[in-house]
Amino acid sequence: MTTTAEPVSTTPVARPFGERLRSILLGRDAVIIVLVVLVWIVGASTVDNFSKPNTVYYLLLDVLPILLIALPMTMVVVSGEIDLSVASMLGLSSVLVGVLFQHGWPIWLAALMALGAGVLGGALNGFLVTTVGLPSLAVTVGTMALFRGIAVGLLGTEAVTGFPSEYKDLASDRLFGPGTAIPGFLLVFIVLATVFGVLLHFTAFGRAVYAAGLNAETSRFSGINVPAIKFWLFIGTGVVSALAGVYWTLRYDSARGDNAAGFELAVVAAVLVGGVSIFGGRGAIPGVIAGALLIGEARSLLRLADVSADAINIAIGVLLIASVIFPRVLSGLKGHLTRRRTSGSFTPLER
Amino acid sequence: MNARSLTAGFATLIRRRETGVVVAIVVLIGFTTVVNPGFTTGSDGFRNLLLTPSLLMILAVAQATVIITKNIDLSVSAVLGLSAYATGRMFTDFPDAPIWLVVVLGIAMGAALGTINGALVSLARVPSLVITLGTLYAYRGISIAWAGGDRINAANLPREFTALGTATIGGIPVLFLVAVVVLAVVAYLLAHTRSGREMYAVGSDDSAAVLYGLPVRRRVFLGFVASGSLAGLAGVLFAARYATVSSTAGADLELSSVAAAVIGGVAIVGGAGTVIGAALGAFLLATINRALPTLGIGEFWQQAVVGGLIIGAIVLDRLIWARQARRLKSSHASIAAASSGTDRGVFAEPTRPPKEPVP
Repeated sequence: MTTTAEPVSTTPVARPFGERLRSILLGRDAVIIVLVVLVWIVGASTVDNFSKPNTVYYLLLDVLPILLIALPMTMVVVSGEIDLSVASMLGLSSVLVGVLFQHGWPIWLAALMALGAGVLGGALNGFLVTTVGLPSLAVTVGTMALFRGIAVGLLGTEAVTGFPSEYKDLASDRLFGPGTAIPGFLLVFIVLATVFGVLLHFTAFGRAVYAAGLNAETSRFSGINVPAIKFWLFIGTGVVSALAGVYWTLRYDSARGDNAAGFELAVVAAVLVGGVSIFGGRGAIPGVIAGALLIGEARSLLRLADVSADAINIAIGVLLIASVIFPRVLSGLKGHLTRRRTSGSFTPLER
Repeated sequence: MNARSLTAGFATLIRRRETGVVVAIVVLIGFTTVVNPGFTTGSDGFRNLLLTPSLLMILAVAQATVIITKNIDLSVSAVLGLSAYATGRMFTDFPDAPIWLVVVLGIAMGAALGTINGALVSLARVPSLVITLGTLYAYRGISIAWAGGDRINAANLPREFTALGTATIGGIPVLFLVAVVVLAVVAYLLAHTRSGREMYAVGSDDSAAVLYGLPVRRRVFLGFVASGSLAGLAGVLFAARYATVSSTAGADLELSSVAAAVIGGVAIVGGAGTVIGAALGAFLLATINRALPTLGIGEFWQQAVVGGLIIGAIVLDRLIWARQARRLKSSHASIAAASSGTDRGVFAEPTRPPKEPVP
């Protein structure tokens, strides 16, 4: 029951490619992208070392897991669901790589098994949400504990380290030689971002994801198989989280059960700061990438400015709240102007 | 009361989720006691049995109060942490302050933080998951900025205060008594007062509640203030119980409290469940954590068991509810037909009645 008919900028109707790209870039996303650039400029001119290649390199390395998982998470949230089990899947994948490596498996095979576990875990989430029909928030709070529990159960407080350096280099090598800013693993992210971006914004599947998020019932009547779509989206978050787990293990040279504990909220924060509506149906990949980078920048800046690393949480929290309140206030103002003319409407606690 | 109504009452009692959780708790305690009698008997066994779940019970009651209105409060753990630290800080900076005053101020701190949540959610009409995720970060960040690497130690706290954390009355820990009193009061308010019933109505279908003339926003606001106050109380008790408060006090409890509520039969889509169920869920969770090592299941597997339990609980709810829906359908075919064919997500549009069957 909306009282204001807000224009849905990302509603995918058949429009020319260029126009669609423009609408994505000029909407909410543009604001966040501009913000990322502004923070960058202010940071570079006021904080020493912020613009140094080495700082950028570590900023990107740190934000990569968020960037990776945020891609499929965007699709899940756009479809009207949520997946809180991603960080636990990351931990489980990390532990699997570690345990299998301990048993003498080659890393690539161990990583492949970890990705397989990601598919299985995602399928479990998807099954419970779509076939059984349970709310994804409750399901993934459960699997969050389950996956983390298996991870911690397998390794206890032990940590597996000593991975072969050729694999560790895969995760932390710089693309353009020593001293440069871009980590090579960023290429993996760029490929995935392209895949997910095209999938969400330029295919029938992507349009169906938006439709499912906007109104599952209408989508069903339009012949969209909503459960099947959501099932695949959960497999997406599962397998990409597992990939992030492999990355995490190799980058820190450490497979532990508690790797990335509490990380799910950082991913959700990045997605929401990136302009995705928690109700589904709205949001875009470019904005989410900017949202994750913004959080990474804030962290890096405050760390350089000698602010306690964890007090950064205040910044993330405020950013998150502002990102939902601002559009609300704007649309409220707009609605206030139009409502004067169409009086008699009431405002329930919508959403 | 005649025989038939007695049987019917008994049947209802059996079907209730609370009964199931109580049975699970009793079986768990019984089994663990057989394996290791020290679990419930002995000097500390019984006390710890009741003491361990007390704080989580209060948080679960807080969480359930909010979930019933179809919202969620992820910030409870951060509110607990901030209130606990504030309590310790007050004792450190004003050693002569009367204990009751500090306790009241600690709870007031929680109430204030809950008011911020409630105001943001109900006035700005922004989803609670996002808002309380934001305040979870912000409140925890404030704790960390305030405390830094410091921690409050037992030496900073008055002995009378820390004694509260381990004191017993007639063998029952004071903390547990506080949790039970809180539970009783909130359970009564939700079940027997107008505002309490309205909170269920709001959670069932907020648009219908608006049409019915209920003060939806005020009830949601009330839920968050209650949740914040209870989390503040839990924070004060945390300081008394552990006598050590660092900036990370209560970390990660937010999802435990949601888990406890869900296991106790509080529907995450709002409008159904009781705080008694949530408190029992918290008791079960905390007891499982203590029992598993005794049962020879490696302590590291606890969380996996908890995860399985949460999933089991919601699947069970679903099955029971689907059976009821089928029965309803056969007796009210037309009504059920009108409401079938929906597919709902947690964040689906609020206009849709949340408890419809998925065919």
